[in-house]
Amino acid sequence: MTTALTPDAAVGSRTPGADAQDATATVEIFGPQGWFAVCAREDLIPGRGVAALLPDGEQVALFVDRAGRAYAIANRDPFTGAYVLSRGLTGSSANRPFVASPLLKQRFDLATGECLDDPSVSVRAYQVRVRGEEG
Amino acid sequence: MAAAATPNTTPARPTIVLVGHGMVGQRFLEELADRGVTERARVVVLCEEPRPAYDRVQLTSYFAGRTPEDLSLTEAGFMERHGIELHLGDPATAIDRDTRTVTARSGLTVRYDSLVLATGSYPFVPPVPGKDSTGCFVYRTIEDLLDIEEYAKNSGTGVVVGGGLLGLEAAGALKGLGLTTHIVEFNPRLMALQVDEGGGSALRRTVEEMGLEVHTGVGGKEIVAGDGGTVTAMELSDGSRIDTDLVIFSAGVRPRDQLARDCGLTVGERGGITIDEQCRTSDPAVYAIGECALASDGRVYGLVAPGYDMARVAADALAGQDGSFTGADLSTKLKLLGVDVASFGDAHGTTEGCLDVVYSDSRSGVYKKLVIGAEGELLGGVLVGDAEAYGMLRPLTGSVPPLAPEQLVLPAGAGAPAALGPSALPDDAVICNCHNVTKGAIRSAVTEHSCGTVPEVKKCTKAGTGCGSCVKALTSLVNDELEASGVSVDKGLCGCFPHTRAELYEIVRTLRLTTFAELLDSHGRPEARDGDGCEVCKPTVGSIIASLAPTLGADGYVLDGEQAALQDTNDHFLANLQKNGSYSIVPRIPGGEITPEKLIVIGEVARDFGLYTKITGGQRIDLFGARVDQLPQVWARLVDAGFESGHAYGKALRTVKSCVGQTWCRYGVQDSVRMAIDLELRYRGLRSPHKLKSAVSGCARECAEARGKDFGVIATSNGWNLYVGGNGGADPRHADLLAQDLDDEELIRLIDRFLMFYIRTADRLERTSAWLERIDGGLDHVRDVVVHDSLGLCDELEALMADHVHHYRDEWAETLNDPERLSRFVSFVNAPDAPDPSVRFVPERDQVKPDLTLLAGPTLPVRTLEGTSV
Ligand code: SRM
Ligand SMILES: Cc1cc2nc3c(=O)[nH]c(=O)nc-3n(C[C@H](O)[C@H](O)[C@H](O)COP(=O)(O)OP(=O)(O)OC[C@H]3O[C@@H](n4cnc5c(N)ncnc54)[C@H](O)[C@@H]3O)c2cc1C
Ligand code: SF4
Ligand code: FES
Repeated sequence: MTTALTPDAAVGSRTPGADAQDATATVEIFGPQGWFAVCAREDLIPGRGVAALLPDGEQVALFVDRAGRAYAIANRDPFTGAYVLSRGLTGSSANRPFVASPLLKQRFDLATGECLDDPSVSVRAYQVRVRGEEG
Repeated sequence: MAAAATPNTTPARPTIVLVGHGMVGQRFLEELADRGVTERARVVVLCEEPRPAYDRVQLTSYFAGRTPEDLSLTEAGFMERHGIELHLGDPATAIDRDTRTVTARSGLTVRYDSLVLATGSYPFVPPVPGKDSTGCFVYRTIEDLLDIEEYAKNSGTGVVVGGGLLGLEAAGALKGLGLTTHIVEFNPRLMALQVDEGGGSALRRTVEEMGLEVHTGVGGKEIVAGDGGTVTAMELSDGSRIDTDLVIFSAGVRPRDQLARDCGLTVGERGGITIDEQCRTSDPAVYAIGECALASDGRVYGLVAPGYDMARVAADALAGQDGSFTGADLSTKLKLLGVDVASFGDAHGTTEGCLDVVYSDSRSGVYKKLVIGAEGELLGGVLVGDAEAYGMLRPLTGSVPPLAPEQLVLPAGAGAPAALGPSALPDDAVICNCHNVTKGAIRSAVTEHSCGTVPEVKKCTKAGTGCGSCVKALTSLVNDELEASGVSVDKGLCGCFPHTRAELYEIVRTLRLTTFAELLDSHGRPEARDGDGCEVCKPTVGSIIASLAPTLGADGYVLDGEQAALQDTNDHFLANLQKNGSYSIVPRIPGGEITPEKLIVIGEVARDFGLYTKITGGQRIDLFGARVDQLPQVWARLVDAGFESGHAYGKALRTVKSCVGQTWCRYGVQDSVRMAIDLELRYRGLRSPHKLKSAVSGCARECAEARGKDFGVIATSNGWNLYVGGNGGADPRHADLLAQDLDDEELIRLIDRFLMFYIRTADRLERTSAWLERIDGGLDHVRDVVVHDSLGLCDELEALMADHVHHYRDEWAETLNDPERLSRFVSFVNAPDAPDPSVRFVPERDQVKPDLTLLAGPTLPVRTLEGTSV
């Protein structure tokens, strides 16, 4: 099961924010009260994260990778308790996209929330979708 | 096997019952499986604890975040694969040797042909009144730790009874849980068993400096319980009293031999199930191994390594093979509360006619003693505070060391010759004490079993999988062996690139690549192309592109375009991330010189934003506790007052420290402050493989500590002396003299060349000190290149630096001028005005500090990046 949904039309070589239509595309996270719009697609820089606040006060770390796929996991780093995962460096290892915590560097799978360096630890992964693009 | 173990029966499948599934029990099962015995016999295990065997030696790492599952020693599927019946939470309660049956608490009764007792020890609790009060604990099992952790949540103070190895470990854990911690030790010194008096006092000083209270030479007289029978205080034998909420008894262990006593097996006078050299008890069908056994040399061993030896011997006996256990070495190396402590061989110098060689430095808490025999042979020793030499010395025990003993105890750099590498050891030297693995065995793992990496050798030999203290020696042996056998060791930067940092620098420079994606897709490992890179190569390449930016024609601003995604977290926000998610801010104060007006601005900004303010070790001021969204506001005020980024966040030039120099100082011979300011302004913003530090002193008294810097300048009456490759930090090194009596211009030219040559050829995160030691030809080669231009590179190096100097712009001023860049400095993308509620502070000493009640455990597992290359 993968929780990172790729909007069908969004894959391919498009760079987020590169053309006019994208400006209206919104990124939505499936939170406790259903789909929730957090930001515009162009707010996300590929390979970098941002933090977003869900209606229930939970913090989510939101990322988009080089191919334009969006991911969301809990922002809290379970190793230190600080809400910082959105500020880590991302990458991919054996085709698994990950973010490395900026504090003590443990890596988390962006799609599943599993910690790659300690399988007994994981963070919550959220479903994400990008709405309002053509197609 | 059946014949050997059970002479009177000839069943098709004999039954082996193991009582106790601890560390030694599990090892015994593995040894049985290795010998194929599990295929021929039914194996039944009675395990008292609710979980299968785990690593008791690493127990305390639970408090550092390792879960009980991490500590497990039982590989998933092991029991099923070998058809072993494991009964968890079901201890043996009785043995009937006549009928050869064992009964468990659940009522289960098993008939055995061979019985193996591996019941370990129990913690000894001295019979003080009140010892059973709520709040008293022992420290032996995962369950004990879970209970302590829970109880400590509502406790402020804790007492550990016992200042031995385990007591110190328990005390460290309590301290880590935030308790005021006392250690009460009956003996006159800590770790009385392992270290001598000198070592004990070095240890004590260090332990006290960590904030633990040590009481030696006193015992606990009574535990005072308040309402509801909970601990409130402990009274000591000297009449004093410690108010406390929690007590941990760690006053030694006793063998668990009750089952054996009850069924009439011989036990020692002071406990322990008596065994012979084959680990057989007084009943030849019953074996005892591990901490419950009294070995044929009259000792009960409280360490895991001898237990593993016994496990092997018992498995040999059951497989009809020869093996014997006659005693073991009691050497230990531990990191207690962060202090290295090691003892080996005849540590207390009890051999007749032996002599001591002692080195002691109470300022730094280092104490080293070697015991030397009449023939000059090394008999043993104690090392406290610096146990680096343990890996070398222990295997040399019994032989005459190749160096004079005094040279073996002197600290590195104080006249001691370069440390002997593990390559100097004989093949039969034991490298891993925990698993008794020799150098020869490690070498043959590489040569005969074709292990190509350290993890493979660990798996194959088990070396390095116990206490971990041998891993450094192991790694160096494995790499030597691999290189000797012509295997090329993968020196690639990470799983994404097969090149070193220096190679990537050349590729970027010559192909004029300006993006990470281009580099990855053209030069990455095939499996990594089109991917996202990783947290190792992204910042490395980001830094290479940044230091070459003017030359490549790329934009030098580190947050533009793709560069933004490559930067480490700190660079991304142009500030330093702190443990609670807030940031610290360090404005540049070139040379440490600052006007009163500017000081006032810093004070006002800090006051207005409520920032914690501290003078750093680098002659400037750090402002801590800003939220992401406050960074631009703080910087707007600072930039306005003429401050620039201090790059405390970057792998870049940090500070150029200065002494006050000729202008004021009666000894000064040059204007060191001016030179420091010139240098700092010249090299500010220069991105490099690691941070760069510098200092300028006005005379040879060296008040600026220039020889501890990557490049240090010391004034002479004729000009300047330039030193390079100095380092403070973890592995200090004094800088080496590169050139003498330079004028201003010559000095700057040499530094330009030196820095650019370093940036070009160093590895990722390699300070100049390590780089200088590593590169072929060392200092002489560097001098040839940068002073004598032996490679004809100097023009290019100087041009690169000129480009850098010419294109320098202050990153914060640029950021503030661009709304698009500023828009990234928010806590939440969907609530730009909302502060992050998880970043909170509490008062301390009239300022603030992070409120960490939200955060997790005391010490945390830091992931090191060494293992990241494939
Ligand atoms: C703030 C400061 C301590 C203080 O309050 O005085 C400090 C704080 C940190 N030091 Fe330091 N070091 C500070 C002076 C030093 C010094 C003294 C000096 O520069 O004169 C040293 C020894 C000299 C040297 O580097 O050779 C020093 C040796 C280290 C090391 C070890 C480097 C090494 O080569 O072994 C690290 C770890 C690293 O860089 O990998 C480190 C790392 C750090 C980090 C970056 C750790 C981190 O990643 O969080 C700290 C970040 C500070 C922050 O968040 O603002 N810090 N650090 C000092 C800032 C100086 C400045 O104005 O820029
Ligand atoms: C905190 C701590 C740190 C340590 N650090 C080190 C170190 O750095 N180096 C070192 O060499 N050693 C260290 N030790 C000691 C090491 O853990 C022991 O030497 C090792 O565990 C002994 O193994 P064992 O199998 O004999 O006993 P144990 O591991 O104690 O296993 C015995 C098992 O038998 C079970 N048992 C007992 N009676 C019964 C019964 N009737 N029926 C069924 N099961 C029973 C017990 O519940 C236990 O699980 C440390 C110990 C502790 C507690
Ligand atoms: S290094 Fe020399 S000039 Fe500088 S302050 Fe010290 S004594 Fe004075
Ligand atoms: S010496 Fe303990 S793991 Fe090797």
